[in-house]
Amino acid sequence: MSAVPLDQTHQEEELNYLTNGKSIKSWLLTGDHKRIAILYLISTGFFFMIGGIFASLIRLELTSPTGVLLETETYNRIFSAHGIVMIFLFLIPSIPAVLGNFILPIMIGARDLAFPRLNLLSWYVYMAAGILITWALCIGGVDTGWTFYTPLSTTYSHGAISLAILGAFLAGFSSIFTGINFIATIHKMRAPGMTWFRMPLFAWAMYATSVVILLGTPVVAITLALVMVERWTGIGIFSPELGGDPVLFQHMFWFYSHPAVYIMILPAFGVISELVANFTRKRIFGYHFVAFSTLAISGLGFLVWGHHMFVSSQSMYEGIVFSLISFLVAVPSAIKVFNWTATIYKGNVRLQTPFIYAICFLMLFTVGGLTGLFLASMGTDVHLTATYFVVAHFHYVMVGGAITGFLGGLHYWWPKMTGRMYPEGIARVNAILVFIGFTATFVPQFIVGFLGMPRRYHYYYFAPEFQPYHIASSMGASILGIAFFTPVVYFVWSLFKGEKASANPWGAHGLEWETTSPPDSHNFHHVPVVTDEVYDFPGVEYAHPSHGHKKKKKTAEPVSKEHN
Amino acid sequence: MSSAHAEVENFPVHVHTQFEDIEQQNESYIVGMWTFMVTEVMFFGALFLVYILYRWNYQPDFYRAHEALDWRLGATNTTLLLLSSFTMVMGVHFAQLRKRKQVVMNLIATCVLATGFLLIKFVLEWPIKFEHHLVPGTSFGIHPEQLNGASPRAAELFFSLYFLMTGLHAIHIIVGIIIIGALALMWQKNKKSVTEDYIPTELVGLYWHFVDLVWIFLFPLFYLIPQ
Amino acid sequence: MLKLFNFPMAPEQASSFAPEHDAIFYTLTILTIIFTTLVGALVLFFAFRYREGSKVDRSRPIYEHLPLEITWSVIPTLLGLVVFFFGARLFVQMRTPPKDAMDVYIVGKQWMWHAQHAPSGVRENNSLHVPINKPVRLTMISQDVIHAFFVPEFRIQYMVVPGRYTTQWFEATKPGVYHLFCNMYCGGQHSEMGGYVYAMEQKDYARWLANGGMDLKPMTMEQRGAALYDRLACGNCHEGKDTERAPSLHGFFGKTRKFTNGSSLVADDVYFRKSLIDPYELINQGYQNTMSAYNDLTEEEIINLSAYVKSLGTAAQPKPESHSIDARKGDPMTGSNFEGNPNLSVGALAHEAPPTPGPRRGNMSVGALSTENGANR
Repeated sequence: MSAVPLDQTHQEEELNYLTNGKSIKSWLLTGDHKRIAILYLISTGFFFMIGGIFASLIRLELTSPTGVLLETETYNRIFSAHGIVMIFLFLIPSIPAVLGNFILPIMIGARDLAFPRLNLLSWYVYMAAGILITWALCIGGVDTGWTFYTPLSTTYSHGAISLAILGAFLAGFSSIFTGINFIATIHKMRAPGMTWFRMPLFAWAMYATSVVILLGTPVVAITLALVMVERWTGIGIFSPELGGDPVLFQHMFWFYSHPAVYIMILPAFGVISELVANFTRKRIFGYHFVAFSTLAISGLGFLVWGHHMFVSSQSMYEGIVFSLISFLVAVPSAIKVFNWTATIYKGNVRLQTPFIYAICFLMLFTVGGLTGLFLASMGTDVHLTATYFVVAHFHYVMVGGAITGFLGGLHYWWPKMTGRMYPEGIARVNAILVFIGFTATFVPQFIVGFLGMPRRYHYYYFAPEFQPYHIASSMGASILGIAFFTPVVYFVWSLFKGEKASANPWGAHGLEWETTSPPDSHNFHHVPVVTDEVYDFPGVEYAHPSHGHKKKKKTAEPVSKEHN
Repeated sequence: MSSAHAEVENFPVHVHTQFEDIEQQNESYIVGMWTFMVTEVMFFGALFLVYILYRWNYQPDFYRAHEALDWRLGATNTTLLLLSSFTMVMGVHFAQLRKRKQVVMNLIATCVLATGFLLIKFVLEWPIKFEHHLVPGTSFGIHPEQLNGASPRAAELFFSLYFLMTGLHAIHIIVGIIIIGALALMWQKNKKSVTEDYIPTELVGLYWHFVDLVWIFLFPLFYLIPQ
Repeated sequence: MLKLFNFPMAPEQASSFAPEHDAIFYTLTILTIIFTTLVGALVLFFAFRYREGSKVDRSRPIYEHLPLEITWSVIPTLLGLVVFFFGARLFVQMRTPPKDAMDVYIVGKQWMWHAQHAPSGVRENNSLHVPINKPVRLTMISQDVIHAFFVPEFRIQYMVVPGRYTTQWFEATKPGVYHLFCNMYCGGQHSEMGGYVYAMEQKDYARWLANGGMDLKPMTMEQRGAALYDRLACGNCHEGKDTERAPSLHGFFGKTRKFTNGSSLVADDVYFRKSLIDPYELINQGYQNTMSAYNDLTEEEIINLSAYVKSLGTAAQPKPESHSIDARKGDPMTGSNFEGNPNLSVGALAHEAPPTPGPRRGNMSVGALSTENGANR
């Protein structure tokens, strides 16, 4: 980097991060956060497909009260596999490790993450986790559900539990490494002028996510390790035969796994903040409120795990406290939704695909969040917990929230990542299809859950009144499946045939749009100096096709913020 | 950043390309290390939580079961670790002064003390537990006289926790020995990445102090349970 | 029950908790719909109105507005606190059983429920009989993994944990048959670990208890056969003595029968069974081929019928048909093996089919057998 070539335009064509080294080795041993992000994109995408296949099998199976083609044993393994793969191998790493890895350093004006080798190690550990889990699924599977509740998992189950748990354990370390990297990077590697409150909200979200990862993941790691040790050696921490407490496992598991929900959704919040601000060409409404609500969620998120356990013999008073805090943790999310909505007011809205995903997110997440209140309210949770109502609720948050956010972000940054535009028309239609398919899949599950359909049931011939809802849900799922697969097709297509993307195809604001598409290996030719506020769109027409010369931020910007 | 690099280049320090200068690099390392320490605290914290819960439930049994542990060995080990912390501090101190020889000596002393700790644990303590069937598993407690009247179930929990927590701690000690040994070797070979700045040494020291600190909690919790 | 195009939208309200639960549930549903519509409508409206190129007033955009932020923080908080209060109040109710509650002990294991009624000691498997309008406290424990005892129509659920007792209580308010689910994944046949809860009038429950866990007193084969005889109205044709329509069954066994095809045999069980399921082949001399085939009788029913017919004695001396008369009066001694659908009148289950003995009832104890039918009498 010491020599910045003057004929940049030419040079950039030659050497962006994608073209800088073509061998397999240059990818597998890269320290470049962008390449690692691409590795993560491919691998998480692969596991998403695996998990999706499991989901389709589940939906197919449930169309009939007595099953369609699977044995009960197989069905149990499949829904467990669906949960484990989706959560540990897709949802948790998806936004942080793919989009965060790629965009975060560029966004705050760093050349790379603080610890590139740790970052690469994180991917390898993730892959090891993926291989272990896949292996476990192949040699007998896991029939405990992704929650690994004791004593079922320790004593009564015969699947390849230890292997799968080892995989989950490793996946945890992979995200810990990412978290450490993000925290050090955000703290210490922001470009000059990039103050905390000039950071895009995506960076705030990544920061909050990392905090949750760092505080929560070790606990679940040790908890799962205890299950593993119990299976191997009979050291029975959770075993009731030894006077141990099987419910303690649930406490420790949910101490992580509830915050893990925030590990999955906070990054999506960050993406949506970017999308809403940049596609309305307007500074986000109540930036500080959105930023601090992110932190509030990550903090309060650690105090609500007990709401998974209202009916699991924790004391009534514990339950009341957990319920109260669970209601409170809903408030920051509500603040965010209202702020995003208010941002659109008087914006200059481009209804492009990423923004359509943002709209889908706003509606779906609102439903997902509000149905959470049914489960935070203790009286109703007693009836609804562990029914399909819960299934629908968390899919609304995880799919309607996290995956919609992920897709929106992926479309938004795709030109930056690949230098190509995806086909806009089909992508827009597909975004709407995602919404339709999703709604059709999960609204019936709310109803059938309220009727009392328990989750993880293979048969329900004793309650045939559930069947119409399952059929409706499965039909929706077929639409959703198509809608999730189409982007794979057109993204791959765009790699070869897509229109070349300019540095800033969206007219967006942010450091990542001031470097080339795709960026070169060190992100910037000059370390950018940030002089303007975040999401500062004074002249909307400032979409500079600037290949190269970074950023003489219109230095004179007296009108940078307008407070009313 | 060319300007930043220019300054840096006068100062012969190994700076990775993603950093502007040595300060940024060091600060990032420090932040990273402390963050890692936080995860370690949560890691052990979960186990301490389990310990607290079960001790709350089974205090009298834990008291009786703990008498099977020899507090003298535990105290010796505590002393060894405290000494090793001291030598580690001295190592960091000399690293700041760039006195290579003293650094290497202190690091090696740390390793030796740590190995002593492991020897006492693995040679003097654990084998006896196996002999007395105090290791959780099918044969646990077949010599009830070893339990000092504790309920076998609670005693098994106690020893489960004992082996898990001291075992996890021992793994950390082993990792520490490897890292400190490697560090000593790098100092010995005068590798620039560690010798030109004391921060790497200090961060290894930070890790080591953390491991010691964990033991400071483990020792009274297992060896010195009040009646 | 809330229905949409005949699809049930809500479970039956069958316990004292259900109305309050549903009140909170529907309040939250309305809030969800209102807020989602609000957000969705605003987002779509703004997105459309302020789309790029539209000529609207974009001057003086707002980026911060403290009063607004406070408004939309405080209103959801207050709403949340109100819902929290009612939810917590209901939960506290659910967790504090009244002193006079009657006790039932539940043991869960892979994959069945075992219930024992205190103090009578009446036992049942994969079912639970309870009286209505009387608080019932369940004290539950598991023999292996964690289960959860879930009765959707009662809106109650609690985990059943190994190594510790957990309790829950309820007061059924409506007689009927309700689902009992295990709602904590417990391995292999989790989905089939369940059965039915039978809420009965108190006097029916008392009788059920007095009968040792059956709706009916134990019956002899003859009594069962008599009940069946009565239900099938065999006596309409087969009267006390031979008539034009049909021969009498009194003294049927052991008598030599002559048939229209010339053959004859001595009536025995084989012939009795055959003439029930295939009466066309051998027609008694002097009679028409008028009897219909009773193909859907179970073997057990045929045996019981046979026992009853054997007990009828000889012709011309009809025994008093006490059983049949009792049956008409609806005496509990009848009807044990009736195929009738006891649930139709109650409609407690959202579907019409009676609880059929499926795989999930494979491990029923004797005490539980008779509960499959006539629970709601």
